[in-house]
Amino acid sequence: MSLPLTPTSPQELADAVRSAPRVIVVGAGTKPRLARVADDFVRIATTRLRGIVEYEPSEFTFTALAGTPLREIAAALASQGQYLPFDPMLAEAGATLGGTVAAGLSGPGRFRFGGLRDFILGVRFVDGEGRLLRLGGKVVKNAAGFDVPKFFVGGLGRFGALAELTFKVFPRPAALRTLRLDAADDAAQLKILTAAAGARWECDALDTALDEPAVLARIGGPAAALDALCAEILARFPGAILADGEASSHWRRATEFLWAHDGGSLAKFAITPAQVPEFSAWARRRPGGRGWISAGGNVGYVAAESGAALADAPWPGVMLRGTGPLWIGPQRAPAIIAAVKHALDPHGRFPSLND
Amino acid sequence: MASPRRFPAEATGLANRVFAFIDRGRSRLGHARSLGSGQRERRPPPLQARHGRTEKLRARHRVARRFIVGGVTVPASAPDVIRRLAASLPAGRVLADAAPLAAYESDGLTAFQAKPLAIAMPETQAEAIAIVRFCHAEQLPFVARGSGTSLSGGSLPFAGGIVIALNRLNKILRVDPAQRLAVVEPGVINLAVTAAAQPHGLHYAPDPSSQSICTIGGNVAFNAGGAHCLKYGMTSNHVLGLKAVLATGEVVEFGGASREQIGPDWTGLFVGNEGLFGIALEITLQLLPRAEMFHTVLAGYRTLEEAGEAVSAVIASGLLPGAIEIMDALALEAATAAVHADYPPGCEAVLIVELEGPREVVAADRARLDHILAASRPVEVRPARDAAERLAIWKGRKSAFSAVGRLSPDFIVQDGVVPRRRLGEALRKIAAWSRESGVRCANVFHAGDGNLHPLILYDGREPGALERAEKLAGKILRLCIEMGGSITGEHGVGMEKRDYLPEMFNAEEMACLKRLRAAFDPHGIANPGKMFPVEGAPALAQHGLHPLEKAGVISRE
Ligand SMILES: Cc1cc2nc3c(=O)[nH]c(=O)nc-3n(C[C@H](O)[C@H](O)[C@H](O)COP(=O)(O)OP(=O)(O)OC[C@H]3O[C@@H](n4cnc5c(N)ncnc54)[C@H](O)[C@@H]3O)c2cc1C
Repeated sequence: MSLPLTPTSPQELADAVRSAPRVIVVGAGTKPRLARVADDFVRIATTRLRGIVEYEPSEFTFTALAGTPLREIAAALASQGQYLPFDPMLAEAGATLGGTVAAGLSGPGRFRFGGLRDFILGVRFVDGEGRLLRLGGKVVKNAAGFDVPKFFVGGLGRFGALAELTFKVFPRPAALRTLRLDAADDAAQLKILTAAAGARWECDALDTALDEPAVLARIGGPAAALDALCAEILARFPGAILADGEASSHWRRATEFLWAHDGGSLAKFAITPAQVPEFSAWARRRPGGRGWISAGGNVGYVAAESGAALADAPWPGVMLRGTGPLWIGPQRAPAIIAAVKHALDPHGRFPSLND
Repeated sequence: MASPRRFPAEATGLANRVFAFIDRGRSRLGHARSLGSGQRERRPPPLQARHGRTEKLRARHRVARRFIVGGVTVPASAPDVIRRLAASLPAGRVLADAAPLAAYESDGLTAFQAKPLAIAMPETQAEAIAIVRFCHAEQLPFVARGSGTSLSGGSLPFAGGIVIALNRLNKILRVDPAQRLAVVEPGVINLAVTAAAQPHGLHYAPDPSSQSICTIGGNVAFNAGGAHCLKYGMTSNHVLGLKAVLATGEVVEFGGASREQIGPDWTGLFVGNEGLFGIALEITLQLLPRAEMFHTVLAGYRTLEEAGEAVSAVIASGLLPGAIEIMDALALEAATAAVHADYPPGCEAVLIVELEGPREVVAADRARLDHILAASRPVEVRPARDAAERLAIWKGRKSAFSAVGRLSPDFIVQDGVVPRRRLGEALRKIAAWSRESGVRCANVFHAGDGNLHPLILYDGREPGALERAEKLAGKILRLCIEMGGSITGEHGVGMEKRDYLPEMFNAEEMACLKRLRAAFDPHGIANPGKMFPVEGAPALAQHGLHPLEKAGVISRE
């Protein structure tokens, strides 16, 4: 494999796409399985395509080049008291904004206000013919044209090369509290997840680790209000409020996949809260199986020593790291997938969804 | 359109009232001018003519109703293709008599009309699929239709094509309170979803002002918004998955019951397609817990600028209100006259801010909001003291457009978006252009997300008035584009703004959008003539109050 191309501007990215018959764009490589393709693909790395292009705190929007590390964005937003409420994943590991969009990885905070798909507003991308196009908008509300920016979330860069992205942001709550709620078994976890999701408290995040008999709940708002809300939650479900340091190390375990194996396989699944007990039991039965349930029981991650052990899951999933198939679970191949691929990338310059 | 059996129990009474109004609205036929592509623009007739015709039209509509209720009827004179379509379906699904066709000639509110060859009314998803497959095989154009409340001419029929009316596909298939979701067919009325969710302490967040009448299918096609978009997003942010029949006849299922997706976001791509991709048959919606408490404040300001500065101060404070709305002087005057709304005297603008959440959070946020508003030099601040006062504030706000519409025989409504910090500048320019051209313009808008709703008043009987109004409307659209905003925040491009889309996107971007459309609809049979400019057709605009608004049943935001 030759060294990757490293464009420094959207125009250079377009040139790079045009320079070879088969190309694949990579970010920081934190989800390597997503970019493992045949050797004849020329790699385009976004490492030098970085920087925040526009940030207007008063508009609740920013635009950044695709290779901008999430860390850098989070720091810029924090300096203005703002944030991306969905806790972007693998920020400390160096994940880029573009790679995160392509992978479709939203963190625990996607529970309350939604994930990447709910905050992305606009995209500048290079299509398979090397054209640099801008679709969506730069304002928080826009209904003109098809919503192509959303389509790129989770698309693994198979339909276009992301050059620049515009996102909506929110003001960060004045204070946060994390509660560890005791849950003896999977049934108890499900009960807490369901009850807390429907309660008046408006939790930001509800996660649970497979190896811990507990549910982690986070709540945000004015400090004065949180004490009363936490007291009420704890009266209903026994547990404890975590000290700040302990809380952030718990959430880091989730967002940085610290609970998973080094070097093993790691897959993400879309599940429903009702499936949580079944999913957890299945995950534990994998050889060396570990898991994490996120977003109130709507996202499940499983890690195992080898990807083969994850391949027969009945839920739709995608392999992020390690060996094994890219896509997991029931596969459909409707004609529309091929038709849209043809519309955006007629000569198959980018890998297909199945490459 | 008349059968009450088509509506879910919750919506029956309302729907009956509403449809009676819509039928009445449809009977206001006027003069038409040719627009090319099979559609005509309808001009309001002189007042006298309108009144003179009423009885005749009512009689015609009684006939239309009888035909539809009776489930007749495809006359022998109908085109061959229509007779074959009818023969392929159970009796009563296809209507091709002159009278019922007249009832669908326009989308009820606009200045446009076009006569379809027939109306197809599927009663099951399988029938809807069969109809679309028939259209694909015959290359017969079709326009999906919910309640026909589109404000951009989106559901206007295509002459030489059929209308697929989805009102009979109106079952709420499942409400799952534990997982907080509902699975519905496209003909379900927006408010019926919230009604079904309410017993479980849940609600469906997107709340267009037309929510008592518009359908989920129409909301999905247009990515409808409402007053709570800044915090909760639009329709798209609440659709978890859908089953659809594409214009190719292919049946697809995108997304599902999980709030997360694997692979590209097909659901996200489909929502907002304006009926150009196919027909949504089954939609999975997320429901949210209803906020425990609301705190709604109305603040009057001497000038629009001061109200705008107050919005900036609220935003800069880090609060995240559920709604931030502004009404200008003309809108206030109209709301006062129409619904006896009471505003602080001497104000050029009124700001409405609503906080919501758990009571402890609202109490703390409220203290901060009070402080910010007090520092913003308002003429007066009036917090709603109870639910009734809150409703009164919203009634004034939601009626404002309809109320302004009553000041004038005709109007054009716009829904462009500008960056929030440039709201003041945009409003100043609009006011100056309005003064220069002598065309009155009222403003009611979602200040929190920069979504303007300028209402341009004119009298269609006055020579040149329409052209002056259209000119101002065009200037405002271009202003939104120049400021880096959008030509539409929530009403869609439709017929009305199709000529402006190429000013937002360059030729290559337009070509990309068209290729995507062709992927879903290679024959171009799904809602042709919408979203993309049609060569040789003059620019379009839409006018006047929706008949439901005139009747005070709904109002627009
Ligand atoms: C008084 C008034 C107030 C309004 N207020 C708001 C507001 O606050 N916010 C807002 O966003 N909009 C508002 N609207 C606009 C309108 O109500 C929305 O666009 C609504 O979503 C249209 O729903 P409908 O059922 O009437 O759809 P229709 O008008 O029947 O159709 C709209 C479009 O959807 C397509 N369509 C319909 N059903 C389907 C389906 N099942 N599958 C695929 N395509 C389909 C049609 O072809 C058409 O292009 C208002 C309108 C009025 C008259």
